[in-house]
Amino acid sequence: MRISPTKFISLLFFVLSVFYLYTAYNIQVFAFDENAPFNARTFPIYLGWAGIILSSLKIILPDKATTEVNHKHLDYKSIIYLIIISLIYAAVILKIGYFISTSLFLFASYYFLGERRWGLMFILSFPFVAAFMYLLHGLLNIYLRDPFLKYIGVMG
Amino acid sequence: MIEGILIGLSTALSLTNILMVMVGCFAGTIIGMLPGLGPMTAIALMIPITYGFDPSTGLILMAGVYYGAVFGGSTSSILLNAPGIPGTVATAFDGYPMAQQGKAGKALAIAAYSSFAGGTISAIFLLVAAPSLSKVSLAFRSPDYFALMILGLTAISAFSSKGQFLKAMMMVVLGLMLATVGQDSLSDITRFTFNNMNLTDGISFVLIVMATFAMSEALTIIFRGKDPNRAAKQISLTELGSIKVNKEETIKMAKTIPRSSILGFLIGVLPGAGATIASFLAYGMERNYVNEEEKQKFGKGSVHGLSAPETANNAACSGSFVPLLTLGIPGSGTTAVMLGALLGFGIQPGPRLYQTNPEIFWSVIMSMYIGMVVLLILNLPLIPYIARILAVPRNYLIPLILFFSVTGIYLMSFNNFDIFLMIGIAVVATFLRLYDFPMPPLILAFVLGGLMEETLRRSLLISDGSPNFLWDRPITLIILLITVTIVGWQIFSTFRKKN
Repeated sequence: MRISPTKFISLLFFVLSVFYLYTAYNIQVFAFDENAPFNARTFPIYLGWAGIILSSLKIILPDKATTEVNHKHLDYKSIIYLIIISLIYAAVILKIGYFISTSLFLFASYYFLGERRWGLMFILSFPFVAAFMYLLHGLLNIYLRDPFLKYIGVMG
Repeated sequence: MIEGILIGLSTALSLTNILMVMVGCFAGTIIGMLPGLGPMTAIALMIPITYGFDPSTGLILMAGVYYGAVFGGSTSSILLNAPGIPGTVATAFDGYPMAQQGKAGKALAIAAYSSFAGGTISAIFLLVAAPSLSKVSLAFRSPDYFALMILGLTAISAFSSKGQFLKAMMMVVLGLMLATVGQDSLSDITRFTFNNMNLTDGISFVLIVMATFAMSEALTIIFRGKDPNRAAKQISLTELGSIKVNKEETIKMAKTIPRSSILGFLIGVLPGAGATIASFLAYGMERNYVNEEEKQKFGKGSVHGLSAPETANNAACSGSFVPLLTLGIPGSGTTAVMLGALLGFGIQPGPRLYQTNPEIFWSVIMSMYIGMVVLLILNLPLIPYIARILAVPRNYLIPLILFFSVTGIYLMSFNNFDIFLMIGIAVVATFLRLYDFPMPPLILAFVLGGLMEETLRRSLLISDGSPNFLWDRPITLIILLITVTIVGWQIFSTFRKKN
């Protein structure tokens, strides 16, 4: 038996709702709040049940207008590269600072998306981020944490 | 009243103040276009600058920034499908498809005209009806607000995704679930944080909207890069089109604007409801008003579909000043920041303001209106230049969208957990979008989640845990009956199609 992707997602949502409901019932409330008409558990419990009911309906009811996606047309390679460099970017932004990490992220993203005009890639990464940082930090006075620029004395 | 209007106008039309409003509109548009920086942030940024000015000049600068940021938010919704604020989410439904069809300039022009018209009509309402409307807003109680939010969520589920009502309702529940993460507002008990300190304050709205709109849109474009139909769409992204609105489109706007203005203003008057609910309800209402042929165009670049939420969100912006100025209660996040600014100038909004300091009352109203006029004059000629953002090739545009998304989050928290969370949510949202699970219901549910729980809490506590509050008050009952009708209609139309 083949299960449609929509029903599969609904099944995952059903599992999520069951887990959410279980966690909701286990929320620790104050002793005096335990039998109150409304406490920190009430709303999540309603939501858990709503999730279970809706996902069950989606699984049970016939789905004639199901969405079909042709996987041959999906570019898995590019999206995986992009997600990986985004994760690396997120991991290093605090350590090496906003300027270098963002510039390298932009440069790498252009490269993985097929761009090979090196000059333009450079301008739209390092100088672009510098100008953006000046707009935020210099003109709008929005603090941007950057240990590297602080170390070399560019930022206060 | 005439005397008050004249005092307000004479203050707002001095050379210094006109210059301030122009600077404010321009700065607001730029800030509003940056994902993550909406009118609330823009006004907050201006507060320290305005302290050196006299109150009316400071307020006029903020008025310019406010409307500029709202217009800027609409611009990023239309061009990038990246709404910076919840009030412009509905604008993206038809604005973004219109931009994809090579009518970006036209979409921005329609948004500008609709915003202006909505703002103008609601400013007139504000002048005439402000004192008496405050009484109406006081008549709404917690059960009515709860019912109103249920109606808003049902309406968005019914109208945002044709024939996918159950999927949309699942997204509503998911949005509400995400909104419950963090500390409970009353008891401070942490929920669904799994002992992670980063989740104690909950998930921020900007993070959710960046992940589900901007970032997942960017990932979807890459993901479907090999799809021949999708590739054809991307080519048209480079076409900017004219900003001229033809006669047929003007007639459509002329029909939409009055009803959306009235609805937007009335919703805006209700504290807490604000521009978001107004824009979604106006979108849904408009879809019901138009004929079958126009209905089919909704979600694909309809003029009605773009004009209605844009008119309503601006009308609601003016409407939200009613509870602020007459009751001293801010009706939205933005008016809450404005309240802070007014208090900073030593002005205490409230029932007495209208009687004791009419010049300030009218100056604020007039400065808001002048801000809107200047915005239209200033931004319309700039639309072709703003729209050129679409001509940026995909290889550059996608990384830049990701960059703005990450920066928006980084600026808020300076921690990388939020960036990881955003990437995770964006990946899930990309797959959900692939199978037509709509994102707007999730966003609206997330925004309303906290308020919805609060109103349900009050309603249940007042009724001692009994569900009677759902039918005790006529307003609640009427709103819930409308909700039931929408659900019933969805079920009926689904069965009708299958047979």
